[in-house]
Amino acid sequence: MDRASRRGLSPRLWLAGGWLLLALLAAIFAPLVAPQDPLAQDLMLERLPPLWLDGAEPGYWLGTDSLGRDLLSRLIFGGRIAFIVAFAAAIAACLVGSTLGLIAGYFGGWADRIISRIVDIWMAFPPVLFAILLVAVLGTGLSSVILAIAIIDWTRFCRVIRAEAMGQSRMDYVENARIAGYGRIGIMLREVLPNVVPSIVALLSLEMGIAVIVEAILSFVNLSISTDDPTWGGIIAEGRLSIHQAWWVLVFPLITLILTVLSFSQFGEALKARFDPVLR
Amino acid sequence: MSACLDIANLSAVLPNGQRVLRSVSLSVQPGEVRALVGESGAGKTMIGKAVLGVLPSSVRIVEGDMLLEGEDLGRLQPKARRTLIGARTALIPQDPLTALNPSRRIGPQMTDRLVRILGWSGEKADMRIRQLLDEVQIRDPERVLKSYPHELSGGMRQRVLIAAAFAAEPRLIVADEPTTALDVTVQKQILRLIAALQREHGTAILFVTHDLGVVAKISQKVSVLYAGKVVEEADAAALFAAPQHPYTRALMAATPRYTDPFASLKPVDEAVLAGLAAEIAAADLAWRRPHG
Repeated sequence: MDRASRRGLSPRLWLAGGWLLLALLAAIFAPLVAPQDPLAQDLMLERLPPLWLDGAEPGYWLGTDSLGRDLLSRLIFGGRIAFIVAFAAAIAACLVGSTLGLIAGYFGGWADRIISRIVDIWMAFPPVLFAILLVAVLGTGLSSVILAIAIIDWTRFCRVIRAEAMGQSRMDYVENARIAGYGRIGIMLREVLPNVVPSIVALLSLEMGIAVIVEAILSFVNLSISTDDPTWGGIIAEGRLSIHQAWWVLVFPLITLILTVLSFSQFGEALKARFDPVLR
Repeated sequence: MSACLDIANLSAVLPNGQRVLRSVSLSVQPGEVRALVGESGAGKTMIGKAVLGVLPSSVRIVEGDMLLEGEDLGRLQPKARRTLIGARTALIPQDPLTALNPSRRIGPQMTDRLVRILGWSGEKADMRIRQLLDEVQIRDPERVLKSYPHELSGGMRQRVLIAAAFAAEPRLIVADEPTTALDVTVQKQILRLIAALQREHGTAILFVTHDLGVVAKISQKVSVLYAGKVVEEADAAALFAAPQHPYTRALMAATPRYTDPFASLKPVDEAVLAGLAAEIAAADLAWRRPHG
């Protein structure tokens, strides 16, 4: 128990979790914490630098973009979309992928052959191109973006969980449960599933990071949600145009994006170590 | 009185047609320990798995009957067979490392079976488990029941598995080389435990092993296996006093003697193996003919 709690306090978990919590809280309470209206344009205040540089205005912490909109407020509101997409898409992909992976890995035989072939075909498509194609077909909007990411990335869960379930199914304790007379589905849920949960949790967190990136890419190419709402990808796309006049419009959303994605993956790894009874 | 386990003429093949069990016949009387001896690959474990209904999917039983307390396992519906095997048999596995679910605590793992398979109340199952843990000489059941498997030593885990096997009072226990994966110093204790519990509970055991020393200590009857074929079957005492089959004699000669630790290890005599191979080839030919 002692060792477990010490591992839980690893700096990695604290840093990653801390950033995610901060970003999440800011996104949830965006109307309260954002210093300005993220959509308010004021051409008198265009391209203000961040607070610590010459020519900054108080109240505009990270400066403004070429239309005079407050960058920090836009990042905070953009976080709302990023987190909604991250949670919804990752959970949807996880449910579909883990279920199919567990079935394929545990039952083997025909179920495995069919599911594995579908995964192979699915993964033959380049993911970003696939996403753009899907959104083009489904139409832009928050739910299409979530759906597109889930449709593309369930294979990631499926492959890993299949391999894990397969390994676990060969263990003697599964055979022992068979001898005791448990049904196959019962064994899958009671014996095998708990042993793949650490991997599912790690993957889920990783997938949230990936979903954030994909959403940013889609909004970068203007295929995410309506252009009115600020998104991280959208801000990066705008920042790219004014890189020589206002570098901060590009740099700060990039830092936000990288920190968030990195935190998700680190958080997943740390959680896995905590959840895994053998590792801890 | 019907035998606890009666196997008659059991043959099993791999997908390529190779026989892994060659018309195996053996029986285990109630309360008796029958040892299955042979080299690795002789099909000892395969027989145990066949009885328990957990053969690998690639191995197919092509002929023969298995009667568990007079019930023909081959004639039962899969579900009824599973229920019967679950209620009347148990396994003491070879590797205590992988035989316990690593993500569940020992307590629920042990009681679960009694509650779900035999329909006992949680309280009754809990009492029973504690009693059995006491019988396998686990002195701190509280700690063990709350532990995850990886927190226990190999010997402790094997004790837990032995307790779990006896808990539901099965009629037949298949012990699949239960001491092989353990430390030599622990092997003896575990063997004594199994023998003691077997006497006390009157459980029949099919004891799979490659160790003739173990056979002499624990079993009343012995079947010697070679390449999936029973080459000799006898009372343990008679077998050790006067082995009949040349392979049995060769196997005994190959057993290292602790009284003479400097003698080099002897392999099984090649001439004996050649004779056996010929015998088996002839038997296979005769066996295939009527089946086409």
